[in-house]
Amino acid sequence: MELILAGVIKAFHLLVSLDDEVLGIAMLSLKVSGLATLVSLLIGISAGTLIALTSFPGKKVLVSLVNTGMGLPPVVVGLFVSILLWRNGPLGFMELLYTPGAIIVAQSIIATPIVMGITIGAMQNLPANLRLQILALGATRGQMVWMLIKEARLPLMAGVMAGFGGVISEVGASIMVGGNVRGYTRVLTTATVMETGRGNFDIAIALSLILLLFCFAINYILTYIQQRERPR
Amino acid sequence: MNRITRTLSLFVALLLSAAVSVPPGHAAAQKTLILATTTSTQDSGLLDVLIPVFERQSGYFVKTISVGSGQAMKMGERGEADVLLVHSPDSEKDFVAKGFGVNRRLVMHNDFIILGPANDPARIRTVKSAAEALKAVARSGSLFMSRGDNSGTHAKEKGLWKGAGVAPEGQKWYQQTGLGMGETLNVAAEKKGYVLADRGTYLALDKKARLGLEILVAGEPKLLNIYHVIEVNPAKWPKVNSAGARAFGDFMVSRKAQDVVRTFGKKEFGSPLFFPDAGKKPESLGL
Repeated sequence: MELILAGVIKAFHLLVSLDDEVLGIAMLSLKVSGLATLVSLLIGISAGTLIALTSFPGKKVLVSLVNTGMGLPPVVVGLFVSILLWRNGPLGFMELLYTPGAIIVAQSIIATPIVMGITIGAMQNLPANLRLQILALGATRGQMVWMLIKEARLPLMAGVMAGFGGVISEVGASIMVGGNVRGYTRVLTTATVMETGRGNFDIAIALSLILLLFCFAINYILTYIQQRERPR
Repeated sequence: MNRITRTLSLFVALLLSAAVSVPPGHAAAQKTLILATTTSTQDSGLLDVLIPVFERQSGYFVKTISVGSGQAMKMGERGEADVLLVHSPDSEKDFVAKGFGVNRRLVMHNDFIILGPANDPARIRTVKSAAEALKAVARSGSLFMSRGDNSGTHAKEKGLWKGAGVAPEGQKWYQQTGLGMGETLNVAAEKKGYVLADRGTYLALDKKARLGLEILVAGEPKLLNIYHVIEVNPAKWPKVNSAGARAFGDFMVSRKAQDVVRTFGKKEFGSPLFFPDAGKKPESLGL
């Protein structure tokens, strides 16, 4: 119990004293996972909308695949991405392995199915006649899709939160493709694993608390935006 | 609605501005060097002292990937690392013999110790050798935690079991963590099991986490833990940064680095965690 207390005090200390290394690690986590979420939003929302609004043979199989992908284990992604990115591997010429870019790639792959799955669900939950109505009012197809996305924005926001929460908290892929290189690819989760191995439990707890604080802050902002729309 | 769009676009803009600033400065401009090493060198904190000195002196940016010695050598075999700092002498010789590595040089040593709970259920405190200790552990069926990760420590442990004539794999009292040295020590402490560890990691960890394990067997030539630096053979993999690997190898056996090794941990832990050995023959260590 006193260990947790020591960790809390340490966390407070590290935050207040603006410890350079910890601040760097925290900012990198935020940047990498934020960017990965952004990439997953671009791909996930567009592909999810497309899948939801069209019908084609094999759609059920595809949607099941996407839904399975929502639980894609980060270590599996980490393993395949590192094999692809090895400098003597198929994508080695990109020289991405053990860089922040590699973590962004892996985390984007983890977050995309999450966003896509939630997008499909959100779009399919819209009233079926809405599309016809919008088109009947003279909207082009593009305008119609944009209006539907706006209409589904509340559940989509949940997708953003789920995607971001999924990637900022994962450690398996980050450690494999990033390598936990000090001052370069060390993020909050990989640093926590390392400090635990070193027996620096107070720093490990401090890092976890900072991670939780981040998750809360981001989700608070997103929830705030989401809930403001509710009372109508 | 407008406010929402505004807040959202602000959020996106924030993420985008983060995008622009992502690769934090260095690494891109400098030549990078991939060092594959063991968890013990990282968990003890030695590399945190040595690497910055090397980086300042040579201008290389070192990406330290800390894995077990087994995985480090696999990375070397595939040309995915430039230089190795490992402690698994038998497989190292094999690695060099097969042409994967060149210029293997002795850097430092410490020793392995067998740790266990204070009440010592297998009574190994009084035995004379590691082999006898392991036999006693097996006979009494006391819990033994193994790394189980093909690391140098795991290789040493397997060798000791072989020497004791015991096949522990699959026994109920023999459990494998598959984790690094620090984490395995934590598990062994928590479950009150016996464990083989390198002295450096144990001292560094025990100082901070008070493990409650005691050193029961130590001080045998067989228990020496010897670290070598090996350059990955650029003839096999042209992408290997051989100049950087050579520079790192030279640095590790240089006076400067050896002095760091000699004094590292003395102040904090009361005794040094590693002993510098550059230029010595392995035989002089009593092998």
